[in-house]
Amino acid sequence: MTEEQPRAGGAIAALDKQPVWNRHHVLDLDDFTPSEIEAVMETTDAMMEVLGREVPRVPALRGKTVVTLFYEASTRTRVSFELAAKALGADVINIGASGSSVQKGESLYDTVRTLQAVGAQMLVMRHGSSGAPYLVARHVEMNVVNGGDGWHAHPTQGLLDIYTMRSHLGDLRGRRVVIVGDIAHSRVARSNIWGLTTLGAEVVVCAPPTLLPYGMRPNGSPLEEPLALPRVDVETDLDRAVEGADVLMALRLQLERMTSGLLPSLREYARLYQLNEERLARARPGALVMHPGPMNGGVEISPAVARSLQSAIEEQVTNGVAVRMAILYLLARGKP
Amino acid sequence: MTGSLALRGGRVIDPANGLDAVVDVLIAEGRIAAVGPDAGKDATQTIDASGLVVCPGFVDIHTHLREPGFEHKETIATGTVAAARGGFTTVCAMPNTEPAADTAAAIEFVLSTAQAEGAVRVLPIGCVTKGRQGKELAELAELAAAGAVAFSDDGSPVADAHLMRRALEYASMSGPDGRSLPVIDHCEDPSLSGGVMHEGWVATRLGLPGVPAAAEEAMVARDIALAELTGARLHLAHLSTAGSVELVRRARAGGLPVTAEVTPHHLCLSHEAVLLGTGETPGGLAYDTDAKVNPPLRTPEDAAACLAGLLDGAIDCIATDHAPHAVEDKLCEFDQAAFGISGLETALALCLSLVHDGRMELPALIEKLTVGPVRALGLDRRVEALGTLSVGAPGDVTLIDPKAEWTVEPERFASKGRNTPLAGRKLRGRVMATVYGGRVSFSQEAVSARRR
Repeated sequence: MTEEQPRAGGAIAALDKQPVWNRHHVLDLDDFTPSEIEAVMETTDAMMEVLGREVPRVPALRGKTVVTLFYEASTRTRVSFELAAKALGADVINIGASGSSVQKGESLYDTVRTLQAVGAQMLVMRHGSSGAPYLVARHVEMNVVNGGDGWHAHPTQGLLDIYTMRSHLGDLRGRRVVIVGDIAHSRVARSNIWGLTTLGAEVVVCAPPTLLPYGMRPNGSPLEEPLALPRVDVETDLDRAVEGADVLMALRLQLERMTSGLLPSLREYARLYQLNEERLARARPGALVMHPGPMNGGVEISPAVARSLQSAIEEQVTNGVAVRMAILYLLARGKP
Repeated sequence: MTGSLALRGGRVIDPANGLDAVVDVLIAEGRIAAVGPDAGKDATQTIDASGLVVCPGFVDIHTHLREPGFEHKETIATGTVAAARGGFTTVCAMPNTEPAADTAAAIEFVLSTAQAEGAVRVLPIGCVTKGRQGKELAELAELAAAGAVAFSDDGSPVADAHLMRRALEYASMSGPDGRSLPVIDHCEDPSLSGGVMHEGWVATRLGLPGVPAAAEEAMVARDIALAELTGARLHLAHLSTAGSVELVRRARAGGLPVTAEVTPHHLCLSHEAVLLGTGETPGGLAYDTDAKVNPPLRTPEDAAACLAGLLDGAIDCIATDHAPHAVEDKLCEFDQAAFGISGLETALALCLSLVHDGRMELPALIEKLTVGPVRALGLDRRVEALGTLSVGAPGDVTLIDPKAEWTVEPERFASKGRNTPLAGRKLRGRVMATVYGGRVSFSQEAVSARRR
């Protein structure tokens, strides 16, 4: 159901005409311009073409070493970065918190300085502490790609979500994107809010007040701070939120939210906030259903909706590889 | 102590005596001997103080000296040199050391170490509860007899309301004159806390768990109720929210014996310091661990309310909450970094920005750094006329050049704690010399040249 425009054989070569990419790190989408997002989208198109080949490999990163440093469990993000780096011909080293010197109590600073000293050029990192990649970027020369930091940001997820939406909806200006779930603790929500508002989409977040961060309240006064998270519409009633939506994105509910007093029960949460067929029917016809995974089927999304024709959930995963190829490619090309 | 020292021709500001005039200050036998025109003309030693402000040595009632137990962060020796460089001649040492200062022996250790190695006077504060565990009262009377000037579990509140009530009651008989010694509370409701910065738009943007203003205000309100119940002396440490200031203002208007302090950083900085930091920040977000402090830096409106409270008397004084840490305590993920700012060496200059901006008068600022803190804790019952230039007062004097510009270079701090959110910042106003007990304990080169 994608409507990609496959490029001619020299898709990668065609990218050389693009404006120079000046970014050394990808930490969040908060400082991406619309044309930078555009550059990623175009590059992703080219990478989709590469992935469609019989031998999905190009030598763009040959001789480079990419390290994935994951302090938190991850399947799709880590694997798709690994596949992306390998498809570009890079050597890939995967490090998890267990089985490395991290387990011996080595600090993040010492760990990344060591990785740089042994010769890694690019570092993809996932960390439970918001801001950890910023600390790293301040102290290394390597390219740093944020693969998710705490509650803060997950820029490649935001980009793959945007790529997926655009492949179905085209220009996102004025499109209504509803993000439902644990907004307060979600890096996916934050990065999507930055990317989507930059492209002119209308973002609605929907959650009970206990899962909304400071400053996001229904009918709350808008924050006047120029550096605050962009203004979004806030809705606590999902039935109202889904009216006229072009995209419905459900977030994973962390089960520990129940024990910390934020929610009374899974049952009540599912009743109020599950993306189900009834609610999908209230959205715009053909509205796209998305989820960053991993899903709690029957909690934030009903299995029927997750598997419906309107679901782009598997496509998100596929697009994730191409988007991450695009990011690694652009970073490698941008600076020597 | 031999001979005499005169500080000649400076603008002498002595708020306790309502003095603001160009006169001499003469110190003899370690004490203030005379203040007046030409009072210093026959001194054995003189410092030409013309163009400088001469005032009583500053008093910091909230200092973490870290010794014993955390000597890699600070020692009594390094912390008191940092104090002298910051113009402070008296510091009150907080008891959250290892072991905590919850016994007479621990208080005596601080006093004797300071006597042997300290550059300025150290007055120890004892714990409220044994081991700062919040479970049983420490031996408050023995701590007081050993020299403790107040009691605090600082770093933590006395969370249990019943225990706090009993602490207030018991402390009220423990002073050197049988009168009340203050209990200093660090106001933070632990069940509302747990965050790492102020709960506000910056925390939302950075994805960091916040500490709401209500976490402090709920505890301030509880403590005020307990002060009313017991009639005992309560001092509230490092107020940071507009709501707290208003609660204290109302309590004092009702005649309650409640005093309070505010730090230079809560007066002059806001939570935006965590976002922006200083210097180059890839991605534009600093996550500046040097701006991580407890209570957290709050909004500019909260800072303005703290200043208003300081000016209208709801808050008695400025205290640094000097909290030095080692590099590795701050060179880490934001949520794992230690709380605290190394504040002794920047306190004056940071506060002077309020004077330069026309928001506070210089004599008022000096009052809040000298006699203000002394009266808040009743320290003049231990050290007569402390914080003043009255004849007979300790020969503690600070010379400042309110206009001298300098750049904060933490690597040049005397403190082992280089954790300041002001690194690289240009500040105006500098301590030029500090005299403690009639001896010059610190002086800038420019002042050394003026010595005769």
